[in-house]
This record gives sequence, C-alpha cells and structure tokens, in this order.
Amino acid sequence: MSAKTITADAPVQFYDLDEHAHPEGYSTMLGFWIYLMSDCLIFAILFACYAVLGGSYAAGPAPKDLFDLKLIALNTAMLLFSSITYGFAVLQMQQGKVKGVQIWLAVTALFGLAFLGIELYEFHHLIEIGAGPQRSAFLSSFFTLVGTHGLHVTFGIIWLVTLMFQLSKHGLIAANKRRVMCLSMFWHFLDVVWIGVFTFVYLMGVLR
Amino acid sequence: MPSNLPRFSARLRLLPLLAALPLLSGCGLIVLDPAGDVARQQGDLIVLSTVLMLLIIVPVMALTIFFAWKYRASNKEATYKPDWDHSTQLELVIWSAPLLIIICLGAVTWVATHLLDPYRPLARTAPGQPVAAEVQLLDVQVVALDWKWLFIYPEQGVATVNELALPVNRPVRFRISSSSVMNSFYVPALAGQIYAMPGMETKLHGVFDKTGEYEGFSANYSGWGFSNMRFAVKSLPAGEFDQWVAATKASAEGDLSRAEYLKLEKPTHKEPVRRFAASDPQLFDAVVNMCVEPGKMCMHDMMSLDAAGGAGIAGIGNVRQVAYDKFAARGTVDAARWSMRYVAAYCSAPVMSNDRPDAKPVAPEMLKGEGLPVPARPERTALTAPAARPMS
Amino acid sequence: MIPHPAPETGPILGKLSLEALPLHEPILVATFIGVVLGGIAVLGLITKFRLWGTLWTEWFTTVDHKRIGIMYMILGLIMFLRGFADAIMMRLQQAMAFGGSEGYLTPHHYDQVFTAHGVIMIFFVAMPFITGLMNYVVPLQIGARDVSFPFLNNFSFWMTTAGAVLTMISLFIGEYAQTGWLAYPPLSGIAYSPNVGVDYYIWGLQIAGVGTTLSGINLVVTILKLRAPGMGLMKMPVFTWTSLCANILIVASFPILTATLVLLSLDRYVGTNFFTNDLGGSPMMYVNLIWIWGHPEVYILVLPLFGVFSEVTSTFSGKRLFGYTSMVYATICITILSYLVWLHHFFTMGSGASVNSFFGITTMVISIPTGAKLFNWLFTMYRGRIRFELPMMWTVAFMLTFVIGGMTGVLLAVPPADFVLHNSLFLIAHFHNVIIGGVLFGLFAAINYWWPKAFGYKLDVFWGKISFWCWVVGFWVAFTPLYILGLMGVTRRMRVFDDPSLQIWFVIAGIGALIVAAGIGAMLVQFAVSIWRRKELRDTTGGDPWEGRTLEWATSSPPPDYNFAFTPVIHDLDAWYDMKTRGAQRPVDGYRDIHMPSNTGTGMILSGFCLVMGFALVWHIWWLVALSFAATIVGAIYHTFNYKRDFDIPAATVAAVEEARTRQLAAGA
Repeated sequence: MSAKTITADAPVQFYDLDEHAHPEGYSTMLGFWIYLMSDCLIFAILFACYAVLGGSYAAGPAPKDLFDLKLIALNTAMLLFSSITYGFAVLQMQQGKVKGVQIWLAVTALFGLAFLGIELYEFHHLIEIGAGPQRSAFLSSFFTLVGTHGLHVTFGIIWLVTLMFQLSKHGLIAANKRRVMCLSMFWHFLDVVWIGVFTFVYLMGVLR
Repeated sequence: MPSNLPRFSARLRLLPLLAALPLLSGCGLIVLDPAGDVARQQGDLIVLSTVLMLLIIVPVMALTIFFAWKYRASNKEATYKPDWDHSTQLELVIWSAPLLIIICLGAVTWVATHLLDPYRPLARTAPGQPVAAEVQLLDVQVVALDWKWLFIYPEQGVATVNELALPVNRPVRFRISSSSVMNSFYVPALAGQIYAMPGMETKLHGVFDKTGEYEGFSANYSGWGFSNMRFAVKSLPAGEFDQWVAATKASAEGDLSRAEYLKLEKPTHKEPVRRFAASDPQLFDAVVNMCVEPGKMCMHDMMSLDAAGGAGIAGIGNVRQVAYDKFAARGTVDAARWSMRYVAAYCSAPVMSNDRPDAKPVAPEMLKGEGLPVPARPERTALTAPAARPMS
Repeated sequence: MIPHPAPETGPILGKLSLEALPLHEPILVATFIGVVLGGIAVLGLITKFRLWGTLWTEWFTTVDHKRIGIMYMILGLIMFLRGFADAIMMRLQQAMAFGGSEGYLTPHHYDQVFTAHGVIMIFFVAMPFITGLMNYVVPLQIGARDVSFPFLNNFSFWMTTAGAVLTMISLFIGEYAQTGWLAYPPLSGIAYSPNVGVDYYIWGLQIAGVGTTLSGINLVVTILKLRAPGMGLMKMPVFTWTSLCANILIVASFPILTATLVLLSLDRYVGTNFFTNDLGGSPMMYVNLIWIWGHPEVYILVLPLFGVFSEVTSTFSGKRLFGYTSMVYATICITILSYLVWLHHFFTMGSGASVNSFFGITTMVISIPTGAKLFNWLFTMYRGRIRFELPMMWTVAFMLTFVIGGMTGVLLAVPPADFVLHNSLFLIAHFHNVIIGGVLFGLFAAINYWWPKAFGYKLDVFWGKISFWCWVVGFWVAFTPLYILGLMGVTRRMRVFDDPSLQIWFVIAGIGALIVAAGIGAMLVQFAVSIWRRKELRDTTGGDPWEGRTLEWATSSPPPDYNFAFTPVIHDLDAWYDMKTRGAQRPVDGYRDIHMPSNTGTGMILSGFCLVMGFALVWHIWWLVALSFAATIVGAIYHTFNYKRDFDIPAATVAAVEEARTRQLAAGA
C-alpha cells in the first residue's frame, strides 16, 4: 500500500548506514519505572488485603488499642526527611560534587535506619504484648503490609551503602549517575507507599 | 424472548444432539435430562446458548474449510489479491456479528442468572405448576465433612450421613456449610451446585419432579478421601418420604449431639450410610459459626465484638490451643500448632442463626421483556405470599 | 488414616530425612533409576565430546536473546514430557478404577499427579515456550540487536529453570502438593497440608515467577525502546503487538501471584491468618486473588500465539494481513478485558445474581474481539494463494478447534449453565480445547515456521504431517469423551468411579491420549530426522524460506550474533516484503564496529543460590536458608561492581560474516 504512496523514483533508504549504538543505559529508566509499577502492584494487593481483613480483630485488639500515633508521626518524619535529603544528594550530583552526594546519601541512610529502628521497636512491642501477626487477621495483614515496606527500606539501605562504595571507587560516571537516579525513584516510591500506610493504616485506624 | 426460553429451547433441545451425537441417546446425559425443574432449566439454557453460538460458529468453520480449499495455492483459477487488506463494510460485519450474538446471549444470561439464582425460593415445581401458598419449604441443612456428607432435617428431627431423601414436587431449601475445607454440594439431577465453605453458609433451592434414585457428590476437590465423597439421593413420593423419616428415626444409632458431631467430624472415607435422631436445633448454626467445640467463641459473637472495635488489649490472651484432634488424621502434628488455635468464648451466649430472608420467588413466565405489559394472570395471586411481590 | 504425617524438624537437616525418599513407590523408584541412567548417559556424552566448555561459554552464560530463546524452548520441551507423563498416568488410572477397583495409584500419589500436571503444563511448559518464542523472535522482528537488558534475560531464564528444577526435585525427595494446581486454602494451609508438598509448590512458583516478571519487564521495554527507525507502533508486526500486550499482562499480573503466594507461605511458615478458617482469616480472598492473576495468565499464554497465527496466515496466503488495525485494537481490548472476568471461575461461591451476571457478560464480551480476530484470519485467507506448509496446517487446525473451545467457554460463562458444569470434565475439556487447540497448536505452527530461521534448515515434512494428524485426531478422541462425561455430571479430580457405564468414555479418552503420545513421538522423530538430514533440508534462500514478510526474514539463518549488520529502516508494516518488492539492496561494505553485551555466568550462579534457598525453605533447613540468601545478596552486589559489561564486534569480523552471506546468497540465486 505504502509502496504506492511513495513514488518509485524517490530515494528510499532501507538501511541505516550511519548508525549509532543506543547510549548505555538507554532503556534503564523506563525499565526501572516499570519494575516499580509491578512492585506497586504487590503493595496494592497488600493494601487490599488490609482493607478486607483490617476489621477482623478476632475478638482481640484493634488499631486504637495498639498504635501510638506520636511514635508513628516521628517515624513518618524520619522517612520524609530521608526523601528530602536524598533530593539534596541528587542536586549535588547535578552539580558534579561527589563528596556532597556521599554526605547526603549517608544522611539519608541514617534517617532510613532511624525509621527502621522505630519500626522494629514498634513491632517488638506489639509481639511482646502478644499482639503478633498470629493473633488475628487484622494483625497478620498489618504486619505484612508494614513489614514488606520495611523490608523494601532495608534493601534500599543496602543498595544505598553499595552505591556509596561505588561512588567512591568510580566517581560520578554515567553508570553511577543512573544508579543514583534509580535508587532515587525507589526511595521516593517507598515514601509514597508509606504515606498510604500512614493514612490508611495508622491515621484511619486510630481515628475511626 | 426470555419468556419463551424454556419452550423455545425445549423444541431445540434435541436438535444438536440428534444431529451431532446420535450415539448418546442412551447414555444418561443427566445434566441435559435431569429430574428437577431447576436443573432442567439450566440444561435447557446450555442447549439454547449452544444453538445461539452455533449460529456464528458453523458459518465460521464452513468458511474456514471453504477458503482453505478454494484459495489453495494449486488453484490458479481463484482470484489472488495480495494487497487487499481492508474493507470497512467487512470490518463492520465481523465486529457486529459476534456483538449481536453476545447481546442476545447477554440478555439471556442476565435474566436466567437472576431467575435461577440458587438463593431464590422457587415459584414453581415444574412448568405450569406454581407452588401453592400453603406448601411449606422442606429445610435440609447440609454439612460437608471430611469426607462424607451430613444432612440434618430440622423439622423431622432426623439426620443422615451420605443419604439424602427428598419428597418429590416439594421445594427444598438447602442451607450448606462445611466443617474443614471447601467442597461443592452437587446433585446433578436436582439443581446445580454451590460451594460448601467452612464458616460460611450458602443456600440452594431445588425441587424434584420425578421420583427415582440419583447420585450426589462433592464437585470440589477436598483432599485425600474426595473421590468417595458420594451420597445416594432418593426422590420419594410424599407418603414414602414420611415412611423414610419414620424408619430413619426408628433405626437411628443415637442422637446427633454436639459431642457426637465432633466424633463424626473426624476424617473418614467410604463412610456407610448412618442415621441419627437430631434434637439439637442449633447444631447447624453452631457449625456455620464454627463453635461446636465447647468453649469456642462463635463467629457471630466475634464479629459483633469486632464491629464494636474488638476486645482491646485484654482480648489478646483469650486464645486457646485446640485440644481436639480433628486434624490428626490429616497428618498434622505439633509442627503446625498455631493453626490449631481458637478464640475462647466469654460466656455461653446462644448461637444465632445466619439464616437471612431470601429474595422473593419469581415465576419465569412473568418476565415478558422490557416495555411489554404483563398480561393479567389472576391465578398468580395464589403463587406465593402476596405482600412483597416485586413484579406484580 | 493417612500414612503421611508431617516429619519432625531437626536443627541440621530440618524436616529432611531418609524417610523423605519415596522408596515405597515403585513407579517413582523406576522413574528415578531411568532419570539417573539417562542423566549419566547425557553427562557422559557431553564429557566424551568435550562439550562442557562450549556449553558454558556459548549457552549457559550467553546473553544472546536467540540462544536464550532456544534454551527456553528446550526447557519447555523437557518439562512437557514430564507433564504429559502425568497426563497419561491420570488417563490410565481413570480408565481402570471402576467397579471397586482402586486403579494403580493411591490417593496420595494420584493427587500429586494431577496437581503437578496442571502446574507444570502452565508454568513450566506453556510459559517457557511462549517466553522463548518471544525472546527469539521479537528482537529480530523489530530490527534490534538484543533485548534491552541482556543480563537480566539470562538471569530470568535461569530463575525459570531453577523453579522447574525445584518442582522436579519434589518427585524424588519428599512429595508434591496434593491440592490442585491453584492450591486453594484452607486445604493448602498448614492445618490440612502439613507436609512439604505445598512448600515445593510455593517456592517453585515464586522462583520461576521472579524470572517471568523480569522477562516481562525486559520485553516490554525492548519493544518500546529498541524498534528500528521508522517502525511506529502501528507498523509493528502483529506478533510483536501481541507480545507487547502479553508482556504488559505479565508485568501487571505476576506480582499479584507473587503477593498471594507470599501470604499463603506466611500462613504456613509464620502462622498468620490470611486464609485460615479461624481468627478472622478469609480463604475465599485467596480464591479471588489467585484468579485475578489466573485469568490474565490465560491471555498471556494465548495472545502471542494469536500473533503467530497472524504472521503465518499472512505469509502462507501470500497476502497482507486483513484488518491489521482492528487486529491491534482487538488485542488491546482482550488485554484490558482480561482483568474484568476473574469471578467466572467461581460463580458457585454464591456471590449473588447481579455480580455473577456482570462477570458472565464481561466474559462473553471478550469473545467479540476474539471473534473479530478469527474473521481477520479468515479474510486474510480469502483471495490468497494458500500454501499448506506445516505452519499453515496447524493454523487451520487451530481455527477449527479453537472455535469449539471458545464456544464452550462462552457457555461456561453463563452462570446458570456453570452451576451444572463447574468443575466437571466439561470444564476440563473446554480449557484443554483452548490451551491445546490455541496455545500448543500455535506453538507447533511457530516451531515449524521459525525453525529454519533459528537453525538454517527446514523441519522434515513427512514426520511433521504424521505428528500433525496424530495430534489433531488424538486431541478430539481424548477430549470429546470428556465433554460428554461432563454432561453426564462427572466431576474433575476423581480417582475412582462407581458407575460402570462411564468406563467406556474414559477408555476412549485414554486411547486419544495414546494417539497424542504418538504425535509427540512423531514430533521428536521429526526433530531428530531433521537434524540428521540438515544438509538436504538446508534453506538455500539465504534466510527467507517461506517468502516471509517481516524483518526477521531479512537476515541470515541462523542470524549472526548482532542480528543485522545495518539496522533496517522501516517504511511499511510488512517491512521485509516491502524491501523485497522495492528492490532494497543489502549494503555490502562500510561495516562498523558493533556494540554488544558480554556473556556472564552471574545469572546462573545467582539462580543456583535461589534454588538452594528454595530447597532449604521447603525442608526448614534454616541455616542453609540464611547462607544461600546471604550468598544471593552478596552475589548480586558483587555483580553490580562489574562496570564493563559489553564489547565491540570489530568491523572486520562483521565484514567477514557478511561476505560469507553474500557468497551464499549468490550461490542460492
């Protein structure tokens, strides 16, 4: 069909004779973005489970009996701060300052660790009083949702530390910049998920 | 069209069978030739839907063969248009032809799904035989156990294992649950199937319009002894049913108390027919609420506590180990101890029934399609309870 | 009563002990001996011919999408033989167990067989086959040199393989699940399945699922980012389109499976109450979740094959595909609608008439775009010049078979009809009708179609035709009785029967299965004969034996590592046909260095760690779980310290390869 639309004598190029390979990491951002969306789907399922089972206390404790909003607010602040400091790291990267990136990444890691510490403290407290994930479907879905987020943060921190080593070894080369950006997406993604957790699990749980 | 559905399809029922499967006339296609009004309508629906779809399937298959033959490479006579790849008219046809079929089938589906909803009480026992107002539903409570079926007749005060007897032409309402895992209660001759699920109650309405011996079974795999989870189904004339009840009472091996139920509940297979007197009117509700075991909190108590915000920190410790060895025969040992915990009851509250009022019965003859007036049918008032008839 | 109690847990070996070996099952012992002898023979031959080095450097560590695609196909084929052996065992048992006979399989064994059959056929046969096919063909069709993430591709393959290996290990160590292929709780919960079978099920699928998800992401990105210049979305070949949609479905549905199985394993390992009866759990939530994944999965399997049929019909009719645009939109419609129908798998749960009719009608709506596709193939044949080569024969067989499967599918979507047919053998016949008639026939068309591209010679026609007729006839002989039995009210997964009048149908079905077995045998002979006679069957056209229309036929057979010396520029949907008709000249000089990814063994090693971890988790060997998990993490981190992951193929090498092809083309012409 298109054979008719292009006149026969027009020079048609059938091969790209002056080809340039796709730059390294050409598809990485899109790929990582799609990975994040598939991860998001896992969280969606966990949220859905919490929505279904969140009221099944099995004649046990409910959110208002268990959650300490002040502690959770502090926890949330840690994670939000860590997102901001990660943003600073990216700004430093755009100015080409390796040291600055390193410092802000370290700060981010500290905030992340603080977040994890508080979360573990909360979990430990709940399990100690007997409100562990085995007590009711509500607690099962709560621990799984929050725990999966915590696990992601843990892996984020491992990645972050790895990246700091790689930055000190190779500096701000293209590959490392790409990695900083991927981790940035990952980190902010976890922040967004946490805002969902904070709102639906903690705030709505206690205020209901 | 939906109103003619049974008649139309009854006429067509034999068509594809006679045409395509002459061998099968004698082989007992119980799904297409059952002994109950509901199952018969379901079978008719299969035939009707098949015929509707064959309207498009047959031409497609014929065209496939015809085109494959006509345009074979060796046939140089046939037209060859290698660049022809679009025709708006054809595209319209190929999208709208299946669309039209699906619109018809969708309409049939919507109506039939509502009419044959297993939760809906029956309005007739056979075409043209409405259920009289004074006719009482027969209640049968069904519990799927590992791996046998328990039938409790609350009115008659009897219970049986692996034997279901029903009076012909009397609508039956099954209340169905399960003690351990999911099963599906299915008597092909009667009225389709529905899942039997632990801690939940499902319902099924059906009626026999022929007497005879039939078979029922679990239609959902439930483990080791599943294959033998079969039961005999007897459709009896009213008088014989009463005799059967009396005989069952007389030959009962005991009373189906809660303790007896807990014994019965333990996994066995190839269980012979057993008969009990049933004097505990709350047994089935206790099964549905998973609180037959003494001291176990009933689901409805738990759910009302949960709805009120749980039982607080104090409720945490109110969990006990199951001392009872229902699971032992499944091979479960200490390794899985947490799975054998339950919430203890606070006090011996009465078991509440999950039995909710059903939708009102609707006679299939009444649905004349949208926009058409419903013709006056004076005898209709005698069909069912008059107060809340949605369609009149 | 059940002679299989859960074993005690020890500190070193977990639940593992000598008792886990099924020494009391003669069938398994004989199989084990056969596998060991066969394995020794294969390993011996590899050693004798000194192939270990080649295998490692050219195959196991490869990141070439073509080789990975071929390895996926081999994996699928091997697992297919296992899955089919299960099928034959079931047919035999059901044909025997009448009138008080218990057949030859115990419930414990039979229940594993039907579970393993379902799991293996879906996850380790159909999925590797279609993934392999997409891997091989898609980059060639879009004029790319490889996929977007070549290392990830290798890793995905090995994860899929690790899942398959773990599943196979269950045959000889311990047991497999006895729950049916979707493992509904509470039956699959720890209370009712305390042994390791369900754990094998969970970890086999989780490990393979990682591979599937990653490969889905990889192919989506490849199709979106690496198309040759000029190939807009609406100039992509239909196979690429259907692959894109299938991979989007993978990315958007496999995480649901992952999450659902995580919850089930938490119930089993930690004692949570997601799907338990007591303490607030909801078993029916699992049923919903698993089918929200499960229904799109059906379309993941069949969509790429719809693409294959489009390519084959167009090529062998010597004609442009009729209604390309509506074909694409039909594919997209199916992709979206596949998420709106999951409840039709359990109408009998008692959801209420309105919910049931909604899902029933959405299911029927899917048949509209599917029907449109069928008409499109039909009108592609119309006024064509149809060459009945093997791929086209499979396509016509598909069209005639699939419509019946589609019809019975729509029938099952009518809720009141489903109330009498649900879980019956009618259902079994239906989904085998669509999966064999759609997916497998499509795969056979694809294998016969693209084999010359992959290996440079055609498949033997004689044995291909024998295989074809055995399959088509065998399929109908095997499954027509199941349709009839379903209408007789016979339900699935039964091990023994009372009613003697049923037996004849099971015997006929068994004969059908044997005819299919002959078809499989003929297919293996076809492969062997073709490899043996490869010189005679050589494709002398320089890579275009079928008068192809899409880009993969523009390069040599087998294609060079870099696929295309110069990336083609696309002006038309049938790009290669367009190039041929307008006399495009293949450039014969001016070659440049070509940038390619380098091979790596990391994928295989990491998957090996995951396999060990899966095995340790199944048997509760906690120290090994910790060790292999740590090894996986450290290995992955170590891999990220490798920054040099690609190399250049020098222009001189390219020139040498291309000149050889020029000579070959001249000789062929």
